[in-house]
Amino acid sequence: MTRPDPEVAQADTPEMRTSGRPAEALDAPLDHRPGTSGVATPGGGWRRADGPTRGQQRRKRKGGGRRGGARDGDPTVEDAEFQSYYGRQIVKSAVWKTPDVPLYLFLGGAAGSSAVLGAAAEFSDRPALARTAHLIAGGGAVASVGFLIHDLGRPERFLHMLRVFKPTSPLSVGSYILSPFSALTGAAAALTLAERVDRVPGWVKAPWLRRTAGVGGAVFGGPMAAYTAVLLANTATPSWHEPGNQLPFVFTGSGLAAGGGLCMAFTPVDQAGPARKAAVVGAAVELAAMHKVENDHGIVSEPFHIGRAGKLLRIAKACTAAGAVGAAVLGGKRWGAVASGALLAAGSALTRFGVFDAGMASSKDPKYVVVPQRERLAARAAGTQT
Amino acid sequence: MSQFSSASPAFTGHDPENRLYGPLPDVTGEAGYEPDHPARVGFFTDTSVCIGCKACEVACKEWNTLPMDDADGTRDALGLSGMSYDNTGMLGANSWRHVAFVEQSRSVDLPMPSMGVPAAPDQGVGSAGGCGGSCGSESPAHGNADGTTIDQHSVLNAQALSSFDPQTAQSGDREIRWLMSSDVCKHCTHAGCLDVCPTGALFRTEFGTVVVQDDICNGCGYCVPACPYGVIDQRKGDGRVFKCTMCYDRLTDGLQPACATACPTQSIQFGDLDELQARADARLATLTEQGVTTARLYGRDTDDGVGGAGAFFLLLDEPEVYGLPPDPVVTTRDLPSMWRHAAGAAAMLVGVALSGFLGRRR
Repeated sequence: MTRPDPEVAQADTPEMRTSGRPAEALDAPLDHRPGTSGVATPGGGWRRADGPTRGQQRRKRKGGGRRGGARDGDPTVEDAEFQSYYGRQIVKSAVWKTPDVPLYLFLGGAAGSSAVLGAAAEFSDRPALARTAHLIAGGGAVASVGFLIHDLGRPERFLHMLRVFKPTSPLSVGSYILSPFSALTGAAAALTLAERVDRVPGWVKAPWLRRTAGVGGAVFGGPMAAYTAVLLANTATPSWHEPGNQLPFVFTGSGLAAGGGLCMAFTPVDQAGPARKAAVVGAAVELAAMHKVENDHGIVSEPFHIGRAGKLLRIAKACTAAGAVGAAVLGGKRWGAVASGALLAAGSALTRFGVFDAGMASSKDPKYVVVPQRERLAARAAGTQT
Repeated sequence: MSQFSSASPAFTGHDPENRLYGPLPDVTGEAGYEPDHPARVGFFTDTSVCIGCKACEVACKEWNTLPMDDADGTRDALGLSGMSYDNTGMLGANSWRHVAFVEQSRSVDLPMPSMGVPAAPDQGVGSAGGCGGSCGSESPAHGNADGTTIDQHSVLNAQALSSFDPQTAQSGDREIRWLMSSDVCKHCTHAGCLDVCPTGALFRTEFGTVVVQDDICNGCGYCVPACPYGVIDQRKGDGRVFKCTMCYDRLTDGLQPACATACPTQSIQFGDLDELQARADARLATLTEQGVTTARLYGRDTDDGVGGAGAFFLLLDEPEVYGLPPDPVVTTRDLPSMWRHAAGAAAMLVGVALSGFLGRRR
């Protein structure tokens, strides 16, 4: 987190800045302000001693202080009052690097859906689509392995991932998905390339070899695109954990849009029909699931609307929607397929970057940890929830 | 270790033995140790007697040879946090104990706030209400006439637990108190870090604690966001993750952890977990009886979101005031549902991709 400048902290603590509490609450007598201390602490009324005085707070407000969630005309969340330890974050932010991990998420999704498209194309007399899909799947898978290993704190120990198999660890499960997926799709891609090389022995060019590798990779394609959502969701990061049941659909929808879009862009239009359909349906699923992620989770949905994540996700939505419409309407034309495929891929990538950023932002503000947990406790106390 | 037998709850959600969530009486046995394993040990940190001396932090750094870092976890930097007396800032890879300093004040509605010399308790003039020597009311009669002042006195006395309380002071119409608490890894019954570790570097020891094997950890960093308390972190420049081991090396030699050994006020108590829990319950009962209504145990309840913590606390205010989450839940509780939805999403992807090949050829 950014460290509060001492002078700023005196006038306006990070807690105050982020909570954006309503001005009227500050005019209330000290012991009657909304909050937990007066209610949950009998005989309490303790406030942190270095909080701002009322005058300072009002001055800050008049100076155009921002209120969380109320910007951009996005769905707003009630400003919440909460306590924290000097505004410091409670849960740790993921140490995963950008762009390594968002790109890994994007490539994994695109490769996963391409692998399925490629395998099916092998058996439906669409050699050009099969070629493109194999290359995208294999290239994406191998690149994503590279990004994943590069992200490790001790890259030379990447094989430690395969020491154990733990269903409680999505990264362990994912390692056992990614390893065969990247090996098989990589092989299918290599065999596809080998066809054009004269010096390669004939048995390597046998179609059954390429098809076997392609089908093998396709088996892991769906899990490959879906598990990365669980990877993010199975953390204490509020904005990743709460939408944990919807993120898999965001990620597979996004993967279909990207994989379909890329295959469509690099395949002659007469063979690209299945890729086009997959891309359009995938984009629709992505937009629908993302809408739920962005609106169904109260205050934890807020990071998807504000800051860098909000900006990325708005552009992502525009790209995906435009790409989907473009693919449906102009996908039959070569230039239309290229343009809309590129838009869909860009939308998918930006969605991953946006989701990644939103989670990081939610981990940095104690509000997103404390307020939902307080609500949970209050609901439990009221007996309305188990 | 029963790697494969633990497979079913995470995927199916069928968890009658509370392997993912809920109370687990024998967490060590569940991890695969023989029934004659040692009793589960833990920390009971009683913040009501913490004086903020940071001896625990120093002892921990010394024993575990932890690198220096500043309040933002920047290695090899001595930085002042600019907030209270806390320059450690947070738990992290290089700080396995962290003493939180919370300075609080509240207004006191006295009839005539007095800025004069406080009445000395020994002289008996202003001490009829049992005021600890620093209250500003003019006379007992005034104090008794005003309900808030009496409340004030009773709270002050209760928290003081004696005629003099160094943590609370009154000045004019403001009353000041310090909350100090030595935070540490909770060694959860259901530890998120342990659940998500893909290499098996994190493991449950025979003492029921959770420890990182630094020769196995490959620095994937998954445990860092998985911890609901934000305890474990990656060491910059090293790449691996580190956290409190409850001095595993000392425990195997029959010693107590360094921090508990160094604590001069027995704020940090180490022992068998069941014994500590009984001691904490008694301590809470004593404080409650003496009128400290704000005292509460944190991490003691085995029905909580992490199945109860191996290191638990007696707090005097809400957990979030100390930088602790008010209702932490191990992320793995929701994992079966996430896996199910991921399986559905994967099937959706395959179905959509294949359905495009059906129908007429274009």
